[in-house]
Amino acid sequence: MQHRIYLDHNATAPLHLAALEAMQAALVELHGNPSSIHRDGQRARAAVEEARREVARALGASLTEVVFTSGASEANNLAVQTLHRALPPGRAIAASVVEHPSVLAPLRALEAQGRRVVWLDVDPLGRLPAPDALAARFAHEDVGAASLMLANNEIGACYDLAALAGALSGQGVWLHTDATQAIGRIPVSFGALGVHLLSLSGHKLGGPKGVGALIADPALTLAPLLLGGHQERGRRGGTENVPAIVGLGAAARVAIPEALAAAPHLAARRDRLWAGIQAAGLDACRQGDPAACLPNTLSVRFGGVDGETLLMNLDLAGISVSAGAACSAGSLEPSHVVLALGVPPEQARGAVRFSLGPRTTDAEIDATLDRLPAVVARSRIAS
Amino acid sequence: MSAADPLLTPEHLDRGVVAMSGGVDSSVTAALLKAQGHELVAISMRLYEAPPRSDRSCCSPDDLFDARSVATRLDIPFYVANYVDAFRERVIDYFLDEYRRGRTPNPCVACNNHLKFEVLLARTRALGGRWLATGHYARVEEGPEGWRLLRGADTRKDQSYFLFGIPRDALPAIRFPLGHLTKPEVRDLAEQHGLPTAAKAESQEICFVSGEDYSAFVKRKLADEAPRPGTIELEDGTVVGHHDGVHAFTVGQRRGLGVAWHEPLFVLGVDPRAARVIVGPLQHLDIRALRAERCNWLSFERPPGPLEVEVQLRYRSRPVPALITPLEDGQSVEVEFKEPQRAVAPGQAAVFYRGDEVLGGGTIEITRR
Repeated sequence: MQHRIYLDHNATAPLHLAALEAMQAALVELHGNPSSIHRDGQRARAAVEEARREVARALGASLTEVVFTSGASEANNLAVQTLHRALPPGRAIAASVVEHPSVLAPLRALEAQGRRVVWLDVDPLGRLPAPDALAARFAHEDVGAASLMLANNEIGACYDLAALAGALSGQGVWLHTDATQAIGRIPVSFGALGVHLLSLSGHKLGGPKGVGALIADPALTLAPLLLGGHQERGRRGGTENVPAIVGLGAAARVAIPEALAAAPHLAARRDRLWAGIQAAGLDACRQGDPAACLPNTLSVRFGGVDGETLLMNLDLAGISVSAGAACSAGSLEPSHVVLALGVPPEQARGAVRFSLGPRTTDAEIDATLDRLPAVVARSRIAS
Repeated sequence: MSAADPLLTPEHLDRGVVAMSGGVDSSVTAALLKAQGHELVAISMRLYEAPPRSDRSCCSPDDLFDARSVATRLDIPFYVANYVDAFRERVIDYFLDEYRRGRTPNPCVACNNHLKFEVLLARTRALGGRWLATGHYARVEEGPEGWRLLRGADTRKDQSYFLFGIPRDALPAIRFPLGHLTKPEVRDLAEQHGLPTAAKAESQEICFVSGEDYSAFVKRKLADEAPRPGTIELEDGTVVGHHDGVHAFTVGQRRGLGVAWHEPLFVLGVDPRAARVIVGPLQHLDIRALRAERCNWLSFERPPGPLEVEVQLRYRSRPVPALITPLEDGQSVEVEFKEPQRAVAPGQAAVFYRGDEVLGGGTIEITRR
């Protein structure tokens, strides 16, 4: 198999060696159930608590605020249910239309049951209204809670939740943020953000798949999705996924600081990729606001190109990227995020996302730029 | 697909695309091409949203799963292409519209013409592929007079009837690796190659109406439209009954007329504008001639003049001798049969053969007794 160029880190990132080693040890040595009273159980419990400490430390949270889940999708669902439970009937939950489906879908379900939801549009650059304007709108529409992502997975748009939290102070609005894509790319501190709930995923930052966490302000009573388990202080039932939690802890300790240190280099490579695409005259349009974008993400719309074909062609040329949202059958639908920018559906199909990782090399960017012109030209043939 | 811009079809690529439905035929197609050493790309066409039932149609999630597992076993890159919009516009809407007009459509012909050998062929080129292979039972061969489309070697499986609409200049870029094989041979090959789809049941229904019969599908789809009731009449205008809409009738139909008469009555024709269904005795179903329009020709640009051919009027029906005379528009022919033909429905395909060779075909517009 040819050397593949992996530019899809927003979909998932390779496992960090530190996480791998920690997990190997945990798989071999920690067979106990953390809930058991005996010492086998105690050792597993200790490892879980150590991982909790590492996650809390990396994200500026306190130990008891970290609730392990199966991933960010579960954390987002748990957060939405918790916001719903925290509000009296009649008060609204606000969310942007570019949230991840694991926020959108539970909110739509609650909306169908009568919960008022205030949907926040973004402008053509993917930006939300300024914090003061949002705070005023929240007050006007009796918004009691909001779920807003810290960074968008598809276009990399970053949102200033700290400023929003500041603007909302004293207004009694519970804030959840989905920080899945932001962690390891920009500094994230639960304490400094001033939000009440924060979701994260293990596998976007060098940890394993199948684990994530919700960081929760103790002032909020979580609304558990799984009943019948006392684990995580009754906030998330089910025997802890010890090796995955240990892997997440190691990734938080080692991979997050490493990735943050690499972020400026990443941004430079991403900018070089974009400059190269522009220089190649590929009729490309960058999506999102370059002034507030994750350092690793480049969302590009190629004119007259079918993104599905482009994705296949790039894959055949050894380059992994994403486009739009895959349906259950594995085919592509236009991205709801790109559509939210006001891009017409037929053009939205021409959007692809390049997302770099800490180990993306200059040579890989060069090779991508070498292969792109032919691949884009070919992808313009399709109907 | 002649040698094009080297940027578009790089010299070093001997790449072909294989269309995989998840059935045994396309699985074996992929396996045979892989064994020949070609660089392959497998594509499954997603043609409609979650189907009503998934066990008997192609491109359901189960079939995509099967196609994917065959591609994985053969180590072929596999993709699902989203053609939901194109299929709705070019096949389903056409299908319903034909019924609205009191005609009998052939969705498989429309799907082959527009989806497989237009859209997917374009995708093949866009992926740098030199050819597109499918699991149809038909043959494409290069002869002294150019490329020809021929019947499949397995007379019981031959699918050339559905393929007459392939653009003539596309023939060199199309491969039917099963064309020389019989179905039992294909099943044997599937087992030899250890393909997970070897024992899969045949799909026989119109794929997108899986789970119900097609008249129920049409009825359901047209239910929201204002009903256009009308009369059921004899050829002399005698009203013998009433109906709720012409879409429920097809030429040759006997059941479901709801008419009591002293002899068995059959649908002879449908006049959608007047919402009339014309019925009559069996022998009046016989026609001597028809006009086929929107013809596509495979063996020549257009027929040089009147031509003795064999015409096939339905999938699996026996070809019958006829004289075809091209009309001035270049797209239509008059077809005169040697022997009268029974129950020929406008909307269906008339396909012209000479022996095994598919000369071309068109859509039946008008029939004459």
